[in-house]
Amino acid sequence: MTSIKKDPVLVVLQLSGGNDALNTVVPYGDPLYADNRPSVRVPEDQVLKISDYVGLNPNMGPMKQLFDEGKMAIIQGVGYPNPNRSHFRSMDIWHTCEPDKVGTEGWLGRAIKEMDPSSENVLTGVNFGRGLPRALAMPSVPVASVGNLASYGVLTGIEEEDQRADALDVFSRIYSPAMGRGGVVDYLSRTGMDALKGADILSTAPDMYSSSIEYGGDVVGQYMRNIAQTHLAGFGTRVLYTTAPYNSFDTHAGELQAHAKLWSETSQAVGDFMDDLREHDAADNVTLLVFTEFGRRVHDNGSGTDHGSGGMAFVIGENVKGGLYGEYPSLEADKLLEGDLHFNNDFRSIYSTLLENWMGLDAQPLVNGSFEKFDFI
Amino acid sequence: MANNDIALMAHLMRRAGFGASYEELERRAAAGYEATVEDLLNPGNHPSLEMDVLERRFVDWREMNALEVNQAYWTYAMINTQRPLEEKIALFWHGIFCTGNSKCEHGRQIKLQIDMFREHGLSSFRDLLLGLSSDPSMIFYLDNCMSHKDAINENWGRELLELFSMGVGMDGESNYSEDDVKECARAFTGWTITNAIPRYPYGRYEAGFIYNPSDHDEENKTFLGETGNFNGDDIIDIIARQPSTARFISRHIYNFFVADDVQVPAWQSTPPRDEEAIKLLEDEYFRSGYNIGSMLRVLFNSDSFKNARFAKVKSPAEAVIGTMRVVKDYTSPKPGLHNLASNIRYMGQDLMNPPTVEGWHTGGEWIDSGTLVERINFAADQVGNLELPGVQDMVARVGSDGPATAEQVVDRCLELLGAYELADDTRAQLIDHVGRGGDLVPGTPEFSLRVGQTLQLIVSTQEYQFA
Repeated sequence: MTSIKKDPVLVVLQLSGGNDALNTVVPYGDPLYADNRPSVRVPEDQVLKISDYVGLNPNMGPMKQLFDEGKMAIIQGVGYPNPNRSHFRSMDIWHTCEPDKVGTEGWLGRAIKEMDPSSENVLTGVNFGRGLPRALAMPSVPVASVGNLASYGVLTGIEEEDQRADALDVFSRIYSPAMGRGGVVDYLSRTGMDALKGADILSTAPDMYSSSIEYGGDVVGQYMRNIAQTHLAGFGTRVLYTTAPYNSFDTHAGELQAHAKLWSETSQAVGDFMDDLREHDAADNVTLLVFTEFGRRVHDNGSGTDHGSGGMAFVIGENVKGGLYGEYPSLEADKLLEGDLHFNNDFRSIYSTLLENWMGLDAQPLVNGSFEKFDFI
Repeated sequence: MANNDIALMAHLMRRAGFGASYEELERRAAAGYEATVEDLLNPGNHPSLEMDVLERRFVDWREMNALEVNQAYWTYAMINTQRPLEEKIALFWHGIFCTGNSKCEHGRQIKLQIDMFREHGLSSFRDLLLGLSSDPSMIFYLDNCMSHKDAINENWGRELLELFSMGVGMDGESNYSEDDVKECARAFTGWTITNAIPRYPYGRYEAGFIYNPSDHDEENKTFLGETGNFNGDDIIDIIARQPSTARFISRHIYNFFVADDVQVPAWQSTPPRDEEAIKLLEDEYFRSGYNIGSMLRVLFNSDSFKNARFAKVKSPAEAVIGTMRVVKDYTSPKPGLHNLASNIRYMGQDLMNPPTVEGWHTGGEWIDSGTLVERINFAADQVGNLELPGVQDMVARVGSDGPATAEQVVDRCLELLGAYELADDTRAQLIDHVGRGGDLVPGTPEFSLRVGQTLQLIVSTQEYQFA
């Protein structure tokens, strides 16, 4: 199948919980790495080396391959001023680009509004997971939030197909905007109709899909598959979003084992996703951003690592100029920020690059400011 | 019994609790409205949950460390409590006095705070503020343990004024100055905790409140125009007698129990939706010596309250628990409780882990295309499950008068779910749909199925999303 729509598409994979930057893009060439990580360290001989200084976690084989192909940019030392080490607050800042006050609008919600101001396509933005991440929140912007693509829809509990069709018919008449009743009820009606319309379209995606790629059974793998299915179905979706399970990257304890599993699943999912798109000749208009809300403490706690700052992000795609971007934050004690890696690059620089160089949008109003762009795309 | 008695009782129980089955509504309506208000205001007249029994079934309830375990427990408690207002007032205060697991990472510590809301949530607002000021999870959450006499941290001092008691302003004016924030923070120096809260690297253990006189600023402070060597409790005394505090708490009570108003940040410049009701509450606040239960008594017996049926969008907790109480599932311990509790989070309310110290935005802001689908599918799955005792009760009651018309079936279902009312067009659509299936003969499997489907369509309507 050839994708007809060639508008640029942005896929975002959020690694919730605060991925440990040091054990992901490992500064094995720095003796301070071993000093700071007496217990929670990736052994040098296992690191997938990409320079004399850094290499990838040994469980990131498929992503290492994308890097070797020149299709993956690694953005080092990403963060923002006055880092916040609360998961929720920090994720919020990434989502809303509002570091100083609590924002309610997401950067991608704003981007979707920009691309489709009158919500002509209820599937311009689609989230995979339960509950909508704030990155996609924006008043009057419908975003479908799909727990499971195979069974997504309204009134899915009605098993008998004819009965469900009848019930949905009633539902659509009840929620019809023609029955204007004012205020919140109208808002509910519009939201319900958007959801129904989106579900009707999305439910056709799995049947249109066939692929030789078998994704892993883990949540990220399954959602990356759903994202591929949705993209390949050609619904005109421009932003697709998913999230690793609730705080799974929050490796305070037992990190080495947990982190290995997380990255082997995540990296596999990313590799499978790219392979799947390539198999369908549909990779050329997709760029994938992988991010986390913060890095972790430089020094381990004996079994894991605690909340820190200064994280890593990845941008992957056929149009990406692969390589290492931004400087690796120094591990020297006097260069740390309260015991954490000092960020060198504002996350809004990554967003600005993606929005302007890839999506063709004016980034400034979407990320609340002007930030220097990278040239990874 | 007159149907409007039931409708009013259903309204009271949705607001002062989490809804009730039809038998409970009948029983309470027979006892009378005012008597029910008194019953709700005196939760101690009914037994609490039998934790020793429950802990045998849910072994992780003994320690209750993780967030998920606490969410499961609270969900169970809201479904099964015989003290509905005790759980409701705890949820009310939790939405204002926010403490989040994202920072504390110790569910049990936050549960102790919620228990404090259960115990003191209906008593004096002054005592409640005092309890909050000495609550370890709050002290940690808002950094008062990091506030020292020679280096204050203003976080607690500010939020106490801005979010927990007075609000930034009212009637277009500011309620306090930046200096008041600093002086307030100074007065609370020395209010700290033993054992820091973070879970790592030593594991989870309880923290305790401690007053450290050597770290308390003993100099004079000038707070809201009064000067003295104030300590934290003096500050709370001053706060409690401010008209702005009466206004702020009254508006919160109104927004939670009566009708959706504009969101809190707009309160400085936007007058209350119902000024009369707010006046009633403010007067009772002072008359009763800041007693929350007294304010609720006056409120529940007021016309402002009684006439505000379906004037607010259900919160996710209300949406989930309200449905569960009608279908009567999870009335005793059984597996699957964690999954059930997760639905509240899927709908946008991660209990004990609010997004920020400002809590959740309410009203229409609960709804987006994702959360609406979650609500509809959750409720429809429950009421369409003919195995559940509450659903079977409803099917039996709908059929209790013999063969029924489609109109009767729809109206009885609406009544049994809690005296819901539909827009005329919507009701007509439902009747038309139910009528198309032919005669409705009670006692047949087909009858049960069609009643179940009627219930499913009702819980899918816009109207069911309102409390």
